[in-house]
Amino acid sequence: MTQEIDLSQLPAPEPYDEARDTAQRARLARAWQEPPGWKIITAVNNSNIGKWYLLTSFGFFVFAGILALMMRMQLAVPNNDLFGQELYNQMFSLHGTAMMFLFAVPIFEAVAILILPEILGARDLPFPRLSAFGYWCFLIGGVFVCGSIFFGVAPEGGWFMYAPLSSNKEYSGLGADIWLLGLSFIEVSSIAAAVELIVGVLKCRPPGMRLNLMPLYCWYVLVVAGMILFAFPPLIAGDLLLEMERAFGWAFFDVDRGGDPILWQHLFWIFGHPEVYIVFLPSIALIATMLPTFAGRPMVGHSWIVLSAIGVAFLSFGLWVHHMFTTGLPEISLGFFSAASEAVAVPTGIQIFCFIATMLLSKVRASVPMLFAGGALAIFVFGGLTGVMVALVPFDWQAHDSYFVVAHLHYTLLGGMLFPLMAGVCYWYPFVTQRALSDRAGKWAFWLMFGGFNLAFLPMHWTGIMGMPRRVWTYDLSDGWAVLNMVSTVGAFIFAAGFAVLAINVLWPRGKAPLVKRNLWNAGTMEWSGEIPGKPWGVRSIPYIHTRYPLWEQPEVVGQMDRGEWFLPDAEEGRRELIVTDILDARPLYIHRVGGPTFLTLGAAGCLGAVFILATYHLWALTLAFGAGFIAFTLRWLWTGTSEVPDAPRKYAGRGLTLPTYAQGNRSPGWWAVFITMTGDMTAFMGLVFSYFFYWTALPDFLPAASQLPAFGWLLAGFAALMASWLMTVGARRLLGTGAARAAMALLVGAVPVGAAGLAAWIWSAHSVGLDPTAHSYDAMVWILILWMGLHLLLNSVMHLYVAARIRAGICNRDYRADLMNLTLFSHFLALTGIVIFALLALFPLLMGAA
Amino acid sequence: MRKFTFLTAALLLGGCSGRHNWLSSAGAEADRVEGLFWVLLIGAAVIWSSVIGAAVYAQRRQVDPGLERQARWFIIWGGAVIPTIIVCSLLVWGLVILRDITTDEGDLTVRVDGERWWWRVTYDGPDGDVVTANEIRLPLDRTALFRLTADDVIHSFWVPALGGKMDMTPGRETTLALTPQKLGSWGGLCAEYCGGAHALMRFDAVVMEPADFDAWLAAEAAPAQVAGDDPGLAVFLEEGCGACHTIRGTQAAGPVGPDLTHVGARARLGAGIYDMTPENMARWITDTHAMKPEADMPPYPDLSGARLDALVSFLLNLDHAE
Repeated sequence: MTQEIDLSQLPAPEPYDEARDTAQRARLARAWQEPPGWKIITAVNNSNIGKWYLLTSFGFFVFAGILALMMRMQLAVPNNDLFGQELYNQMFSLHGTAMMFLFAVPIFEAVAILILPEILGARDLPFPRLSAFGYWCFLIGGVFVCGSIFFGVAPEGGWFMYAPLSSNKEYSGLGADIWLLGLSFIEVSSIAAAVELIVGVLKCRPPGMRLNLMPLYCWYVLVVAGMILFAFPPLIAGDLLLEMERAFGWAFFDVDRGGDPILWQHLFWIFGHPEVYIVFLPSIALIATMLPTFAGRPMVGHSWIVLSAIGVAFLSFGLWVHHMFTTGLPEISLGFFSAASEAVAVPTGIQIFCFIATMLLSKVRASVPMLFAGGALAIFVFGGLTGVMVALVPFDWQAHDSYFVVAHLHYTLLGGMLFPLMAGVCYWYPFVTQRALSDRAGKWAFWLMFGGFNLAFLPMHWTGIMGMPRRVWTYDLSDGWAVLNMVSTVGAFIFAAGFAVLAINVLWPRGKAPLVKRNLWNAGTMEWSGEIPGKPWGVRSIPYIHTRYPLWEQPEVVGQMDRGEWFLPDAEEGRRELIVTDILDARPLYIHRVGGPTFLTLGAAGCLGAVFILATYHLWALTLAFGAGFIAFTLRWLWTGTSEVPDAPRKYAGRGLTLPTYAQGNRSPGWWAVFITMTGDMTAFMGLVFSYFFYWTALPDFLPAASQLPAFGWLLAGFAALMASWLMTVGARRLLGTGAARAAMALLVGAVPVGAAGLAAWIWSAHSVGLDPTAHSYDAMVWILILWMGLHLLLNSVMHLYVAARIRAGICNRDYRADLMNLTLFSHFLALTGIVIFALLALFPLLMGAA
Repeated sequence: MRKFTFLTAALLLGGCSGRHNWLSSAGAEADRVEGLFWVLLIGAAVIWSSVIGAAVYAQRRQVDPGLERQARWFIIWGGAVIPTIIVCSLLVWGLVILRDITTDEGDLTVRVDGERWWWRVTYDGPDGDVVTANEIRLPLDRTALFRLTADDVIHSFWVPALGGKMDMTPGRETTLALTPQKLGSWGGLCAEYCGGAHALMRFDAVVMEPADFDAWLAAEAAPAQVAGDDPGLAVFLEEGCGACHTIRGTQAAGPVGPDLTHVGARARLGAGIYDMTPENMARWITDTHAMKPEADMPPYPDLSGARLDALVSFLLNLDHAE
């Protein structure tokens, strides 16, 4: 079915006809136009969502930055009582939380949503409504978490939320719940974006753009989105454990009941360290995209950069313990993680040297983006070198939790993330607004930010050496930290002034300013191929790409695209259409129709937000009501916007290419989205499995006596029922394939009570022997695994009924059964989860000789 | 260049003095890290200057674009080979130091329990446990093995001038060895954020000649020398202070707050944050939370006049004087 495109075989384009061009443009514009007036909030197109995402992230950046300035004011002089202890503790907790969760990660998603489709010569991402849903989740969650400080109930346990400070209600209040639930909600949007971006990079490349031709930016997006998928779920698992302890007293972190506070540190840092690279790599990606433009030549060592980025991503999952060097771990662990932490310097070094080599072999044009990139290099290399220092255990024992580490992390994050991002803002501003920024203001902004940053943070290394610990709101003159702190405060304000100059430059209304010329930087990547003034459709026609820098190496392509000589130059049915290609070679697979503006995603995000917010206040009835609302909105969204049966099975895409209009199984982006989401889900589940074995190794008597174990017979019966339910789903897929729609429907509906019976047997197995989750960590672990299965079964049941209804309505049938194939994939993962839980609860104790 | 100007200025401003300075060579363990630090600092300066120098050169000059093969060597050597050699050597050196500074045996053992927000200190004296708080005395050139615990939240025990830090975690015991090699009073503090008054959780680590230390420990082990009719003791007991605090040799045997048997012999109050003066002690008792917000001790604002004076002088006299 896949079509090999051979350039020499493609029929020549039809001769240019102005009337046809005008008509096609009008139809495209109608399909892709923004909703008018206030209804703009229903927009889902990547250029709208990307812009809002970007501005919202910067809004949270400014908020967290103001908190930082307030902290610097508090610390400017010794024995200061300007803000006091309680507010200061909230300020630094919220500063870290907002910078990491509401700025550093979302800004990656924002930039990627904004520019990725255009870099790929695509019109949109594969699931625009999912992007919109993610954006609204992010906005609601972020405002909820940040707003708490105005009511004096902001989180005050630090951005790392260590138990038992965060788990014991004697020591922490509502702020901890706001942190846990608010951020879990935002993590949903991060994972949604990760799914969207991975599928976007893998399936929405233009025909011909094989993996080895993919721009570096896309490689980084793929790597980082993959990291999000494996890094955030352990934290979600940790959040679940911590909130269950806070809300219902389950025993996970309380030492007196067999819990262990160190478990939280593991779960947090298994997330937290990859997080640093999740923040860093996308910004390096921006430099890797800009640098060839200003150097006027392709990047030297393209494939080394790709391999290094993958190497960094891989290593980043093996470093988390270097945040825990002072917890008293055995020397062998310290040695291993110290080595892994040092090793990450190597792939990072390769990337930097590739950049320098590219500059060496070319004449680099000076520009404001390059100025920021140069500043980024100077700062980041410095931060990397102090990173090599703190990765040495004896050095870390001194530096850890001192201002030396504050300085180190700001050097890496601002040098590795913020300065490249500022370079990116200056570089892509004309892409977004089609107006030029003021160069003079850009230079002022850079020097103020660069000077202010170094003035603020360079002395902080010394403040740390002088013994100042982190997270203290006051100190005494006799400590000898006063002058250094005052210098840092002055530097912070200069830095803020620099950012203000940049922000004014960016936000300055330029409605009447002249438009920039097309591809003003003379870049080689596709996002600069857009017409000026811009059009809502992104690309006029989707080209065949066979080079890494198409605008340099296929210069004729722009004119051909403009004249509609490539694929999908029209929107005859008034639908938004993309070409989906295969993962390795980007051969066209089918025409993917995406949804347009809708209130449904907004409603779904609003309801889900209400669920998390109301749960914080333990308003369970309302929580359930909004949960139902969320399910209703989501089902409607799925019903009306996905897997629709096309009016014709195939469609002409231009240049002799006829493509199917429907795809199922692993040819469809939806199947990949389910696969990727469930990989993340399994990772969260693995976080729970990790916890189980952590307790088992940490507590000699974690497994109770045989009589206290969940009843084996019931576990076995429940397991059998769950497997039967899964086989019924698989059977339904087979049957529908043969056209037996009624039988398939019956199996699907029947699988629901069978699964529920399995769950009930498991609940009884634990309940009948009196396992009490508030009594001991073992009991809590058993119940959380059963709860995990229960939540998934609930979702599974809803989806079974949904697909059964789709079959009944004839939308899902023998020829068009993508829904059922996606559901089966979900069920496979659920079956795997069930097998692992059964092994943990029933077989593992047997193996350990409990019987 | 700017960076190094700043660094020099910082050096001058901060000097190498300071009670919390890692680089004061006051402890054998800190000394090892200090040796490491200077090498790392100079190495970092050289590497940073080379990389940035190369970048500036590359920006200004263009070499023959045909030299792509040579550029690959540049990337391999600069990005992979040299960094690998450097980090491997550093790793080995770091692990050697780690092995040298960790030990399970000491010349004396001190148990420290982190509380919100103070330190319960217990020595293994010749005649059993000697309990004190918020001030740790150590003999010169003897390795003290600290056994660290916490019973509420996680704290971290750190005397920067003497050596590295170690967390104090509920449910487990960690150890840390420190060998002081300079006399003096060094600053100690909590390095792990523990909520509320984390910033005000300090202590003094006083390094003494071994003979003086033995005398001090004997004095600390002795019960308080209090006259049974001391009016201050009467106020102490009437106000219920003994429910939380212990003064050995009196009825006060509360296990909650710091042991006050020899509180007057300590240099500071409030867990290492205020000088031990009558004014501070009086304010501490009457207006505790102004001095240390969120501290567990309730203030006694109604105490005043002669009763307060008696209490304060009673407490300050709980010293080692015979």
